[in-house]
Amino acid sequence: MKPPSFVYHAPATVAEAVEALTAAGADGKVLAGGQSLIPLMNMRLAAPGRLVDINHVAGLGEITAEAGGVRVGALARHAEVEASETAFAAQPLVRRALRLVAHPAVRNRGTTVGSIVHADPAAEMPAVLALLGGSVRVRGADGERDIPAAEFFTGPMESSLRTGELALSVFFPAAEGGTAIVEVARRHGDYAMAGVAALVAPGHARVACLSVGPVPVVVDVTEAGGDWARAARLVQEQIEPEADIHATADYRRHLTGVLAARALKEAADA
Amino acid sequence: MHDVTLIVNGVPRHARVPARRLLSDFLRHDLGLTGTHVGCEHGVCGACTVLLDGQPVRACLTFAVSVAGHEVTTVEGLADGERLSPVQRAFAECHGLQCGFCTPGFLTTVTAFLRENPAPADDEAIEAVAGNLCRCTGYQNIVKSVHRAAELMAEEGP
Ligand SMILES: Cc1cc2nc3c(=O)[nH]c(=O)nc-3n(C[C@H](O)[C@H](O)[C@H](O)COP(=O)(O)OP(=O)(O)OC[C@H]3O[C@@H](n4cnc5c(N)ncnc54)[C@H](O)[C@@H]3O)c2cc1C
Ligand code: FES
Ligand code: FES
Repeated sequence: MKPPSFVYHAPATVAEAVEALTAAGADGKVLAGGQSLIPLMNMRLAAPGRLVDINHVAGLGEITAEAGGVRVGALARHAEVEASETAFAAQPLVRRALRLVAHPAVRNRGTTVGSIVHADPAAEMPAVLALLGGSVRVRGADGERDIPAAEFFTGPMESSLRTGELALSVFFPAAEGGTAIVEVARRHGDYAMAGVAALVAPGHARVACLSVGPVPVVVDVTEAGGDWARAARLVQEQIEPEADIHATADYRRHLTGVLAARALKEAADA
Repeated sequence: MHDVTLIVNGVPRHARVPARRLLSDFLRHDLGLTGTHVGCEHGVCGACTVLLDGQPVRACLTFAVSVAGHEVTTVEGLADGERLSPVQRAFAECHGLQCGFCTPGFLTTVTAFLRENPAPADDEAIEAVAGNLCRCTGYQNIVKSVHRAAELMAEEGP
């Protein structure tokens, strides 16, 4: 179907964008890559009165190495982040996870920050941010703040971003130890039925699970002490998967256990 | 209403459209370029794929106003006058199409892919077309077409 009509703003600076968003209030939405928002509008599941298009805002596309990680700007497309050697050097998990996000044509336009703000519990990048303990930098009329991943995701498609706030960038920390991400999807490029990102460092192990709760579910499995089958059972006890047309809750729980063991082993060997 | 000018297949094209006009409809309805097909309108089928500044994107998930000033290549822009492009000839030769509904999306996607990867392995060719749906061919001949197009391009040079 066709999207409902809206008033269009095309700010050229961050200040203008924040101003337009603040003025629009609850009626306003940011348009980044549009790869989640436009499908929702085409299906008439979203009908924002005002769109603030950030595609013409200068300086939002940067990918920069910072102490202890990499910062990805709000206009960096999935494909650019995937190709970025800066991002790969700081945190290889970012590239590996992005290769599981949709198809190249969607990644050419969709942004990594947009995918995190969209906060779909089935999406890969929110799980990666949650696993690594990264953060989201946002700006509103009252200034800038950094929101830690653990406080950012509040429900399915819900975040602690306030009305009128623009996400400027996300920060993916480098991690001591190895990382991995594995998932099972009906078709390559589809949203996964279940997936697990893992981090194994000396004396510490944890996973972040997707598609098995309202937000990415982070489980500390350090106590399993390298017994990944036991870690898998710990993970299965912590998740509350739901059934949908793609998979039953039991199947999701089973898959998540298998994937957790696999991801942890891969991360430990990495 | 917004005045939108895009460089479509090398030519500046203008129309006055509402902000909600999808790039797919801008091309088809406002410019009369009906080669770009519209299947699902939510990003899944790939029929509407066009090249935006050389990169494949979903025209159904792009507002025309948002990409004003940029270059768009549609299926109409692939041939060199009367002579079909190597990718188009490969699809015709290998029966990479039947009804043709999905074909514009495959042709644009494969054209961009072979520019980056002129000699793909089989799994790379399959991966390259994995985001486009075809209800007719069963994909085997589409994958063959990708390889044949790579051959033709290698033979004919840049
Ligand atoms: C066919 C298809 C398959 C897909 N498969 C997957 C998949 O397997 N895994 C996956 O993770 N994703 C998938 N996606 C979604 C894709 O990753 C999107 O690119 C991403 O979710 C949203 O990024 P965007 O830049 O397109 O955001 P938009 O669609 O522009 O915006 C999404 C939401 O975030 C808000 N927003 C965006 N940027 C900002 C900002 N800077 N500040 C404040 N608010 C902001 C918008 O207002 C909107 O509410 C798929 C999409 C399609 C069409
Ligand atoms: S019509 Fe655009 S992807 Fe199907
Ligand atoms: S040729 Fe008919 S859909 Fe592909």
